[in-house]
Parts: sequence; structure tokens; C-alpha cells
Amino acid sequence: MIKQLTARFGRPMTLVVLLLLWFWLIVLVLLPQLIMIDYSFKPNLIPSQLGGPEDVYTLGNYQTLIGNDIHRTIFFKTIWSSILVTVLTLLVSYPVAYFLAQLATAKQVMLIALLLVIPYWINEILRTFSWYLILSFQGPLNALLLGLGFIDRPVRFLTGDGGVLIGMVYAYILFMVFPLYNAIESLDNNQVRAARNLGAGLIRIHWRIVIPHAKPGIATGCIMVFMLAAGSYAVPALLGSPGSRWFTQIIYNWFFEGGDWNMGAAYAFVLLILCIGFIAAVMKVFRIGLGDIGK
Amino acid sequence: MTSQRLMYWSIRFYLVVFFIYLFTPLVIMSVATFNDSRFPTIWPWRETTWRWFGELANDTAMWEALLNSFIVGLGVLALAVPIGVSAGLFLSTYEGKGKNFYYSLMLSPLLTPGVIIGISTLIFWRNLGVSGGIGLTVIAQTTFISAYVMLMVLARLQRFDRTLERAAYSLGATHSQVVRRVLLPYLKPAIMTAAVIAFLQSFENYNTTLFVRGFDTTLTVYIATKVRTGLTPAVNALGLIMILVTVVLAVAYEVLRRREQNRKDTAV
Repeated sequence: MIKQLTARFGRPMTLVVLLLLWFWLIVLVLLPQLIMIDYSFKPNLIPSQLGGPEDVYTLGNYQTLIGNDIHRTIFFKTIWSSILVTVLTLLVSYPVAYFLAQLATAKQVMLIALLLVIPYWINEILRTFSWYLILSFQGPLNALLLGLGFIDRPVRFLTGDGGVLIGMVYAYILFMVFPLYNAIESLDNNQVRAARNLGAGLIRIHWRIVIPHAKPGIATGCIMVFMLAAGSYAVPALLGSPGSRWFTQIIYNWFFEGGDWNMGAAYAFVLLILCIGFIAAVMKVFRIGLGDIGK
Repeated sequence: MTSQRLMYWSIRFYLVVFFIYLFTPLVIMSVATFNDSRFPTIWPWRETTWRWFGELANDTAMWEALLNSFIVGLGVLALAVPIGVSAGLFLSTYEGKGKNFYYSLMLSPLLTPGVIIGISTLIFWRNLGVSGGIGLTVIAQTTFISAYVMLMVLARLQRFDRTLERAAYSLGATHSQVVRRVLLPYLKPAIMTAAVIAFLQSFENYNTTLFVRGFDTTLTVYIATKVRTGLTPAVNALGLIMILVTVVLAVAYEVLRRREQNRKDTAV
């Protein structure tokens, strides 16, 4: 490793490259995760008890999560809702990505890509805030529906999970459209034409040709969106209500309201395992490797 | 043929609906800035006013948060760009068994939820006696933003012609000359783009920052707090300004890129 690097960059530069690299991977990436996991297996003690007889490894924090009905329910709801967000985002994004990759002219691609990027550059908080205004009790959506006579009195959109789902799909569309676009773009249009000439219908063309080809893109998009949804704090905090809490909000409360960092670390580790599990499952279903992600 | 026409029109119709979905929230948020109503809304319309911009400008907490966001953004830039470039150079040079492992490890911060990066950073540095604040925010954000830089640098390095380096060496160049005169100039566009993206990523970050900010407030944290306590159209004014800055930057970037592209095309 060092030989290859010094041959290319010389000794001083190699030293700089390796120091920066190892600082990043060891001090910023690996060690904090390991310490967090270590923390999660210890009880919450006051400083004078550290190193004492009670400072032992225990599964207590995890037992709290399993034993607490509310927290367990919210955990499973977070999984289920995040999967729902992922599927909805995929459905909404697919036609756009297909159009961009296969049907649009070069000019259209430029324009649409620019239009897509603008809302994405505006941060997640503002994007979510704009939905908060639309969905609020006295907001324009209620005014519109009332005016059109669809409803008799304003609906409270922000009490259930509905607002959170809409806000998340909106916030994460881009993370789905671009991987899909990249994957579909490399498909040779002649394949689609050949299938059509041989009599395949629209659904069959997509199911048998476009989707199998776009697998790495679909997998990357789904992984990103699920991770963002399950790990989101902003969207549920703004668009959710006390009755529709997200797992990240419970973690936050352990840290800054409950003051039990060990418990918070355990909950966070469970969330991390959930995301790793999802990634592993998607990679297995789509038969792709880690190397295909991030391209 | 008719089914193809149907397909043609239905996908165009879908695109229109899609972009209405994408832009309506931003339009409504922007328009509500000018309504003289204490709660930001476009209905009912009371009076057209500019006063929310004035209220925003007089909000010292907002200016402080903005300054913090800039400091954090520049700090992340200063750390994440060298790290990301080093990682890219490493991956494009090293060939061996551990390469896949290194790549996965470098990618992992992008696949880890932001809150977990914040939490693990907070716990790790507390053990070293460092508590939350601007410094820790820079550290935590650098953890995953470096990975974005790495991906962008790597993408450009994959198209790099290594014979250029060899030519330089056979003409008697030293290692540092090759790096400064061949490699870095070639990487410059990728580094510039990565720097912009890194700054923007830092500026808009909320989930990670929330855990490591200590008592310091960045602009996104400020906005989120405002929305939940003391929401007035001054928040919309801030949003509108951010949208305008974004649009100007995005269009300018696009124009520059196209000009660069044209220059290259004519050069060839």
C-alpha cells in the first residue's frame, strides 16, 4: 500500500494522504461508532460510580426498549412508515427518471435537471416548513377544499402520519430520481424498440427490460430514501404531532430531556442496525454489491 | 400508434403534475411573506406588506445563527476537502486486497442516518473532554461530507490518463512537481464543485447538527425553532431569500458549466 503510494506521490505527500485518511476513518468514522456501541451496553451512572461495582456490561438498555410498549410501537411504526415512504417515492420518481433518461431531448434534460435541483438545494427544513403551511388548519389546502365543497369543515392534516409521509416523499424525491436516471440512461433504447416491435406492451417492457436494467439505481435510491426517512428528525418534528412520534424523536428525548445517554446510545444502535439490515436485504434482493452504490 | 400517443401525452401530463407538486409549496411559502398576517398564510389575504423583511433584519438571533452557519461551513470546507481528496487519491492508487473494505468504510457515513453520526460524535468527544458547540459541529459534519468529496474526486480521477504522470517523470519532474503541475490542475474542477457542495451540505444540515451543537445555533436550527415557537412570516422572508440565492447560484453554476463545455467542444 505504502509502496504504491510513495511510487506515485513521493514520501511527504504520501504521509499527508495517509494521515488525513486515517484521521477520517479512525477518529471520525470508526471510533465514535464503537464507543457509542460500548456506551449502549452500560448503565447510566453518575461520575463517582464509574469504575465501581455497578460499572458492568448489561443488556438493560435494550430490555427497556423491548419492554416499553410505546417505544416498541413507535419503532415498528417508523420501519413501516419508512418503507411506505420509500415505495411511494419510487413510484412518484420512476416516470420522471424514465422520461429524463430515455425520452427527453438534451435541452429538456438540462431544463428538468435544473428544475429538480432547485428545490433540493433549498434545505430540508424549509421544504418541510412549506408543507407545514399548506397543511395547517387554516392553510390554503383546507381553504381550497372548503371552497370547492369537498369538505364541510377544515381537516386537521397534521395530527396523523399523513403529513409526515407527504413531507418525506417531497423531501427525498431527488435521492431517488438521480440514481434511477443514471441507471436507466445506460439502457440501449433499441432494446425497448425491439421489445415493442415484437409486441410487448407497456407494462411488460418496463417489467422485463427497463426495471431489470435499472436494478442498481433502484437499490441505491431505495437505500438512500429509507435511511433518510428512518433517520429523519426534521420532518416528523415539524409535520408530526405528539401522537405521531418518530423513533428519532425518542432518541433525542433520551439525550436532551431524559439525560440518559446510555439509553439513547442503545436506541441509536438499534436504529443503525435497522438501516444496515435494510441495506443488506436490498442488496440481497437486487443481487448487487456495495461497489454499485454511490456511482 | 394511438397507444404511443397516449403514452406521450400521459407522461407529459404527469411531468406537469409532478412539477406543480414540487414547486407549489415553495411558491406558497414565498407569497405568504408579503401577507400582513401574524400567522404566515396566503388565505385570507389582509394587506400586502414588506414589513416581515424588516423584522427579519432586526432579529439579532438570526444574524448570529447565520454567522455560525458560515463559520461551520468554512470549517467543514477546510477539513472535508483535503480529507476527501486524499481518500480519492488513495483509492485511485492503491490496488490490493483491502481496497473494497476501504471503499465500504469510506461510503458508510453516507449510509448512516445523520442523527447517529451526531450521537456517536457527541459521545466520543465527551470522553475526551470536548462538549457540543461549533467545533464539534464541524467535526461531525466533516465525517459524512468528506465522503461526498471523495466520490466526486474519485469520479474525475477515474478518467485521468496516468501516462501524463509518466511523461512528466520521464521529463525529469519531481513528485511534488507532478502533484502540483499535473494532478491538482486536473482535479481542480472536481475540487471546486466538491467545495461548493460541501459548504451547501453543511449549511443545510439539521439532523446531525442538532445533537452536537451544544448551545450554539445554526441557521437551520434557528428556523426549526422559530417554526415551533414564535412562527411569523419573518421565517418566510428568510426562506424566500434563501430560495432566491439558491436559484441565482444554480443558474450561474449551470451557465458557467455550459460555457466551459462549449469551450471544450470548440477546442476539440
